[in-house]
Amino acid sequence: MAKVTLTVNGRAMAGECDDRTLLVHFIRDRLGLTGTHVGCDTTQCGACVVHMDGKSVKSCSILAVQASGSTVTTIEGLAVQGELHPVQAAFNQHHGLQCGFCTPGMVMTAVDMIARHGGQLDEATVRQELEGNICRCTGYHNIVKAVLSANEQMHGAQRQAAE
Amino acid sequence: MYATSYHRTSSVDEAVNLRASQDEGRYISGGMTLIATMKQRLAAPSDLIDLRHIAGLKGITVKGRTVRIGAATPHADVASSVEIRALCPAICNLAGMIGDPHVRHMGTIGGSVANNDPAADYPSAVLALNATIITDRREIPADEFFQGMFETALQDTEILTAIRFEAPDKAGYAKFANPASRYALTGVFVAKTASGVRVAVTGAGSGGVFRVPEMEAALGASYLPESVAGISVDPGLLMEDMHATAEYRANLVRVMAKRAVQSSL
Repeated sequence: MAKVTLTVNGRAMAGECDDRTLLVHFIRDRLGLTGTHVGCDTTQCGACVVHMDGKSVKSCSILAVQASGSTVTTIEGLAVQGELHPVQAAFNQHHGLQCGFCTPGMVMTAVDMIARHGGQLDEATVRQELEGNICRCTGYHNIVKAVLSANEQMHGAQRQAAE
Repeated sequence: MYATSYHRTSSVDEAVNLRASQDEGRYISGGMTLIATMKQRLAAPSDLIDLRHIAGLKGITVKGRTVRIGAATPHADVASSVEIRALCPAICNLAGMIGDPHVRHMGTIGGSVANNDPAADYPSAVLALNATIITDRREIPADEFFQGMFETALQDTEILTAIRFEAPDKAGYAKFANPASRYALTGVFVAKTASGVRVAVTGAGSGGVFRVPEMEAALGASYLPESVAGISVDPGLLMEDMHATAEYRANLVRVMAKRAVQSSL
């Protein structure tokens, strides 16, 4: 058994698990944060995406012990005092989901993508950046719309100010 | 996944000593291949020795035209390196085509090169750029490093610590990605330097990454996409699987070589 210490959504958390326990199972089963999903379990679908030390990663392909000591943000950590994160609000507004299973990973991916591109996102880039996330319902159109809309919401004002 | 024991190390010496004390241990860096393989029970190392937190293995250094990439540098860092892009954009483009954004945040150049997957992207760049593979005990030229599918010149406990190369005059990479896995169904890296042109192919060879001397000679004489149009590789030397026949891959080698040259002009 190994002791794993993480800062999850701003709170220090610790737990014991086997060395072979995947980060996603640690988050779901030990920490009880079940917003992060296990879809394919083979690093393809991206339903398990969380942020580790500020970068999007697939938590089904990382051992909890590998992540120990890091800062993790899950889907539960995005909303502040009950108010949806702009990306969550955009997925809601643009109906960027149907069954919702892929949504936590899609939202975490979008937050990372928008941060990395500093507001410079176009449709082609969004579609390319979604390469590691699979949605079986929507056909992606509304997901792309939601990401672009959130990007505009988060960076548009800033860009206008700069101009 | 079978049970395993995890060890986090903070220095190369510590990792080598630990590995030497185990029969079935494996080094792990980003783990983007190894963890997936372990989950399928295709690998069952008794111990995992984590190299990801060794500070000395990370980072990019550019001096003049010499580029040195630490083994634990993730693909995303190479893809977004302004310093490398100014000298050799082709390797940044290649790094940006590996897997997906999340995989690129974890997977490392050292892990990819040491694993020498026959469909991985980096081996083609390392071979075409005539890079030097630096380990904890020696320096190995790329031509001697890759020795067949998943086979390299690395000894059991040896750790790849960095990749070093001289920036070429021109370089390009073109990849036909497997639509599901994003691994290279065929990828061709072309590099032109004062001493000639080198062409390396990944994803296609039944013995892993390989060079194409006929294309190198033709491009050495005239560095244009058309120069490789009439050159074919022997399908007998290529992989064949459910995704593509050897003949299909042979054609892809030619097409990707043309595109790689075109992209570098």
